[in-house]
Amino acid sequence: MKFAVIQFPGSNCDQDCLAAVNGMDGVTAEYVWHKKTSLDGYDAIVLPGGFSYGDYLRCGAIARFSPIMASVVEQARAGKLVIGTCNGFQVLCEIGLLPGALVRNRGLHFVCDLVTMRVEVPDSAFTHGCAQGSLLRMPIAHGEGCYFADDATLRELNERHQVILRYATPDGRIDPAANPNGSIENIAGIGNREGNVFGLMPHPDRACEERLGSADGLKIFQSMVETIEAARRQAA
Amino acid sequence: MKVKVVVTPKAAVLDPQGAAVRDAMKHLGMPEVESVRIGKYLEIEVDDKTPNLDARLNDLCRDLLSNPVIEDYQVVK
Repeated sequence: MKFAVIQFPGSNCDQDCLAAVNGMDGVTAEYVWHKKTSLDGYDAIVLPGGFSYGDYLRCGAIARFSPIMASVVEQARAGKLVIGTCNGFQVLCEIGLLPGALVRNRGLHFVCDLVTMRVEVPDSAFTHGCAQGSLLRMPIAHGEGCYFADDATLRELNERHQVILRYATPDGRIDPAANPNGSIENIAGIGNREGNVFGLMPHPDRACEERLGSADGLKIFQSMVETIEAARRQAA
Repeated sequence: MKVKVVVTPKAAVLDPQGAAVRDAMKHLGMPEVESVRIGKYLEIEVDDKTPNLDARLNDLCRDLLSNPVIEDYQVVK
């Protein structure tokens, strides 16, 4: 099984994503430079965190026009699993694979912290191994991670169970005090309607070993692997 | 010719930067300031003989210079 990790100029979590994926049995990850135009032969696509194009204009606004993005869209529409963490989430919103947008943190500060999230959708392709309401701890590091969507979009996200993760208190309550950036309804991660594209501001790639403070991020990548394996068994 | 584009946050979008500047204005002795919204201003030099220039500029504003989810734009010539 092979994962592609897209590298934009200014990506800085590409190595973390590569290491996280390569740490799993039977899976390898490869870098794919943003100027490439094909993603054939990969089972999943990772858009890493960082500051693509220096975050100029808006976060992810220029990266979405990179040559590789046409292929990311094509693969996503074909049902391939696509995950965007942090800046990768911003790129997915900018290109319209995910609804809404990420804007300046409400407190204006760049926030670097370890946060707790509650799993709202336990049967998504990205949260298989997590029970409903279980808590995940992962680091965040962003200045523009405040999720915004208009009322109609927000209603649809809730109705279609696309809000996969919300920022929560250590005991699992969805409380404004647990919201690190002012995201609407404490939203930390959302999926697309079809369920194969997922974006989140926290970094699963930086939480794949206990010695890093948490290994919960691995559950996200492992869930992707299990989803792909299940699809293969079904196709066989 | 020079084309000016102004991009502003939509009313429903929080603008914490604008709120911080508004507070600073109040501290500086302007309590009458009610709100501040901060956007972007771009000056674009462009060949005005280009066919379909208006439509192309609008496409540019919609696709690159603004994000319609959170921002409005205005083209001033």
